[in-house]
Amino acid sequence: MGFFALYFIIIFLALGVGMFPMLKKIFPESDPFVMFNSFIFYWILGDLVIRFFFQKLPVMSVKPLLTLPIKRKKVVNFVLGKSALSFFNFLPLFAIVPFGVTLISKEYNVSMVLVWMLTIVIFTLINNYLNFIIESLSSKTELSFLPIILIAGGLFALNHFGIINISELLAAGIQSIANNPLFLIIPILILVGLYLFNFKILRDKLFLDSSLKTKTQEVYASNLEWTKKFGDIAPFMQLDLKLLWRNKRPKSSVWMLFLGLSYGVFIYPNPLGAMYAFGGIIITGIFLINFGQFIPAWDSGYYKMLMSQNIRYKQYLKSKYTLMTLSVIILFVLSIPYVYFGWKILLAHFAAAIYNIGVNTYVILLGGSFNRKKIDLNQRAAFNFQGTGAVQWIIGLPLIVLPMGIFGIAKWLFSFEIGISVLIFLGVLGIILHEKLMKFITNKYLNSKYKMIAAFDQDN
Amino acid sequence: MITTTNLSKKYNGKQVLNIAHLEIPKGQSFGLVGNNGAGKTTYFSLLLDLIQPTTGDIKSNNIQVNLSEDWKSFTSSFIDESFLIGYLTAEEYFYFIGELRGQNKADVDALVNQFEDFFHGEILKQKKYLRDLSKGNQKKAGIVAALIGNPEVIILDEPFANLDPTTQIRLKNIIKDLAEQKGVTVLVSSHDLMHVTDVCERIVVLEKGEIIKDIATSGETLKELESYFAGSLEI
Repeated sequence: MGFFALYFIIIFLALGVGMFPMLKKIFPESDPFVMFNSFIFYWILGDLVIRFFFQKLPVMSVKPLLTLPIKRKKVVNFVLGKSALSFFNFLPLFAIVPFGVTLISKEYNVSMVLVWMLTIVIFTLINNYLNFIIESLSSKTELSFLPIILIAGGLFALNHFGIINISELLAAGIQSIANNPLFLIIPILILVGLYLFNFKILRDKLFLDSSLKTKTQEVYASNLEWTKKFGDIAPFMQLDLKLLWRNKRPKSSVWMLFLGLSYGVFIYPNPLGAMYAFGGIIITGIFLINFGQFIPAWDSGYYKMLMSQNIRYKQYLKSKYTLMTLSVIILFVLSIPYVYFGWKILLAHFAAAIYNIGVNTYVILLGGSFNRKKIDLNQRAAFNFQGTGAVQWIIGLPLIVLPMGIFGIAKWLFSFEIGISVLIFLGVLGIILHEKLMKFITNKYLNSKYKMIAAFDQDN
Repeated sequence: MITTTNLSKKYNGKQVLNIAHLEIPKGQSFGLVGNNGAGKTTYFSLLLDLIQPTTGDIKSNNIQVNLSEDWKSFTSSFIDESFLIGYLTAEEYFYFIGELRGQNKADVDALVNQFEDFFHGEILKQKKYLRDLSKGNQKKAGIVAALIGNPEVIILDEPFANLDPTTQIRLKNIIKDLAEQKGVTVLVSSHDLMHVTDVCERIVVLEKGEIIKDIATSGETLKELESYFAGSLEI
């Protein structure tokens, strides 16, 4: 996940820096500042939906505080205050600050820009607390995500079909706050109101048998008989599939598939260079990267047990390898519609898929043997950096940058076709050398057995 | 069966275990007692090759545990909850362990069904993941999983902790039965002197990593142990 947090930070930064010139170019007639404000409605709406699915109030952390001589009021304030420090609230700053700086450099009124930035920060916090209220109200109903979809969808529809022009109203509101700081009092009052409402809800729920109760999950069982086709690695594959499906964090790497698959929509309409390889590696390898970077930390919770059992490391690793390979093949097939953007894309995807199977799977497994960070499977999924260490960052280089570089150079020196061929050649080479490479990797794991056990035994 | 020679373990120069010689014959029920930090879990971890010895070695059935992995096929263990896979149900966990130990589903079912009493209707067919069970029930599942696959050596760290009284008594019968009837070597550690004297033919007391006492259990053993531990309070 660390990779994706950084990714979002970069996207927001790029947005913040590039927004002004971009708006100027697309809407040469209008003031970019005004244009930006008219988009804020959509941003708030999107932010709210994303928060609903990924951000949870950190209530569980207060359990130890309950029996200490601390006033309930203080505990509630602590939880609510802590939620303000969430990654979700800092992310917008990466876009807001550069945009604000650009505005100032274009000789907009400094105090107006500062008030505007403050307004956006308050809006972010309003979203933060509004989300918790929506969550706590909708958690009582069966289809818990329905209300948020209805509210967000309704607002969007009202605005889209011009029944009430909310985005313009909001833009006008922000504009007038920026021009007259006295109006700041309105969003601040809303924020205080939401905070107090949260305070009331939370104070009534802070008991072991209500919101602090750990939820027991309904068992989802299937026999996974089809894995038997893979022979002696079947028990491990079944385990891995259950791991993916039954734990929050690994499950999010399954959802990431859809994000990864849709990635091409953003990059392929533009002219490509080495980006052919980048798109291909990411789209066919999203699961490989996301899941693979935490091998064997996924199993860190029961690693000691595995090591005391009569298992062969080779089977254990082969199961992970097979899973990643299958994901690459499936993603390649699903990404075939991108041929719409040209046959070259399909070819690039094919080459990248072969490269992912023949090179990247081994690279990521090898990287795993240096993994010394434990993962708690029961922790929330989004923007969780637990288990992310230097290894995860370093491994990203050979995984993505290397194939891009190889392809880019070959394309520049010779042609697109040669670049593709080189990637395919490397991938096929890796597949041919499978046994040798796996043996080498298995030995690496065996050598670091004690270190891994010791590291996984510790709470970070 | 299990021979320990010149075994020591140091962490940053600090000695946590030092056993010159310890011989555990086949079929013995062996109890390890000692206060926190006495080295009980360290010894078991060395026996399972989860940590490396500083000096010396342990041979199980003449196989040196840190050189060959062949001992794994006849050894099973339950050290703590980290031996459980939280996102499996008890049945799935038993089958998984069974697969690792070369047992098919029918074998596992046959074994597990013998322990219906012990489970007290709280483990099987619960439609609950192991992580959602109570500590005591998790322990029950872990202990029974350690019996899968006809092991010759069974290692249980603190098996009595967190169990309710009925289950403790049932567990004692299971352990006795394993050693007496089936010739299994059972290694148990415990803080509970009464349980351990009830169950084990032989009791070794560890203190700061050294063997202080090595007793063949008799009617006097409990008294002897109690006075020893009461005495070590005053030092």
